[in-house]
Amino acid sequence: MARIAGVDLARNKRIEIALCYIYGVGRSVASKILKDTGINPDTKVHQLTEGDIKKLRECLQTIKVEGDLRRDVSMNIKRLIDIGSYRGLRHKRSLPVRGQRTKTNSRTRKGPRKTVGVMRKEVKAIIDNAAKK
Amino acid sequence: MSRSAKKGPYVDEKILRKVQKIELEKGKKTIKTWCRRCSISPEMVGFTFLVHNGKKFISVFVSEQMVGHKLGEFSPTRTFKAHRAPTEKAAGLT
Repeated sequence: MARIAGVDLARNKRIEIALCYIYGVGRSVASKILKDTGINPDTKVHQLTEGDIKKLRECLQTIKVEGDLRRDVSMNIKRLIDIGSYRGLRHKRSLPVRGQRTKTNSRTRKGPRKTVGVMRKEVKAIIDNAAKK
Repeated sequence: MSRSAKKGPYVDEKILRKVQKIELEKGKKTIKTWCRRCSISPEMVGFTFLVHNGKKFISVFVSEQMVGHKLGEFSPTRTFKAHRAPTEKAAGLT
């Protein structure tokens, strides 16, 4: 089992793809790592030798991945919120930050639709009853 | 989309002049401005700006972290009236 940067790599994938399971490593970074370490990108994860894995670990020390990267990103967002900027405000309200429309769409940020409005008495009773059950 | 680096940051000259003037005279520390597009430069740290939001002036105290942002980012222009939860009365009416 190849365990790199706290992530188990899928055994039956090509190493080029498997590396993308690490947060902070995408296709371009993965291929760069493999080029630097001189590992053939077509090797499957279970075919890797201990030496290969060690080399990969060493190479990943140089870039920011997983926990460190996550913390960095959340610190950047926290900074925007703390200084009270518009972007921070949008993060706080979990609305799109970069000026996209919000009349429709932007469901990624807003989450599942929540209908707001006047609810009729009978309808509300039905829903409440359903909730009790 | 960020601004081309060769141009350098846009800083309103009038504001810079006012900042320098206040620094010399040690006078009042607020600067009223309409210039929302002006970047915050390191000299402005510690000043309070009254930034116009289209209707009134929002006071913005510039801290060190704000350097590089624009003045307008700290003076929201829109008000959002939140939806209320359906009240008993509203639910009963129709």
